Amino acid sequence: MKLKWEDDGTFKSSLARARGLGAAHMGVTHWWHQRLTAVANIPLMLWLVWSVLQMQGWSYEIFTAWLAQPVNAILMILSLLSVFYHAALGSQVIAEDYIHHEGLKIFKLIGMRLFFIGAAVASIFSVLKIAFAG
Amino acid sequence: MSDAKKINPRPLSPHLQVYRPQLTSVMSILHRATGFSMAVGTMMIVWMLVAAASGVEAYDTFQWFVGTVIGKLMIFGWSAAAFYHLCNGVRHLFWDMGYLFKIENAYKAGYLVLAAAALLLALFWWLLCGGAA
Repeated sequence: MKLKWEDDGTFKSSLARARGLGAAHMGVTHWWHQRLTAVANIPLMLWLVWSVLQMQGWSYEIFTAWLAQPVNAILMILSLLSVFYHAALGSQVIAEDYIHHEGLKIFKLIGMRLFFIGAAVASIFSVLKIAFAG
Repeated sequence: MSDAKKINPRPLSPHLQVYRPQLTSVMSILHRATGFSMAVGTMMIVWMLVAAASGVEAYDTFQWFVGTVIGKLMIFGWSAAAFYHLCNGVRHLFWDMGYLFKIENAYKAGYLVLAAAALLLALFWWLLCGGAA
């Protein structure tokens, strides 16, 4: 007897098989984006760690002047985008694996998404404000 | 066992009460634990940036907190989690490309990851404590 997950595509149209989007219509997007941001995070996090090393005891003036430099502002925004997206994707998998109550799971998934969007917007706005308005 | 389960014998998760932890399983759950705690810890970066955008007073409060024992412990936790997750993440990327699947190689890479993460952590704290100066 053929098991459910051994579906060979008999019931799928050729187009559905070619698209390969699966039941959620997202295909491997989540998996792939997690890998893309993982690779992007490697140089970005090394830069951030290296920057944190310099930041010790920096005064307000030194810190804002450092962040206002285009290279630092750009790398910081790229880091924030890549890290928060990676964190949102990873937290989503953890919630899906460990929360078994369907209502609570959906609540957590939506809440986490909104939380990471909020954190990203707040921090990116702050970088832009320092860079443009001092 | 219900009839439905007999017909569909889906694979079961390991029972944690009787499951002997191995390097591979411990490192696997550590990857998730460090990833999630870093997601929470990123709020420190948000605080730093929002404080700097808000003005001198807010920024000084942040700098004061980072200098306290709790702040230093948080930076230690963040750096340890970051270096582990970074090194083990590279191990995961190798698996994604189809390498290191032999149990022997998965273990070797595991030990390599632990050594590299410890080395990076030691280097980071040595530099943070003014080692290069």
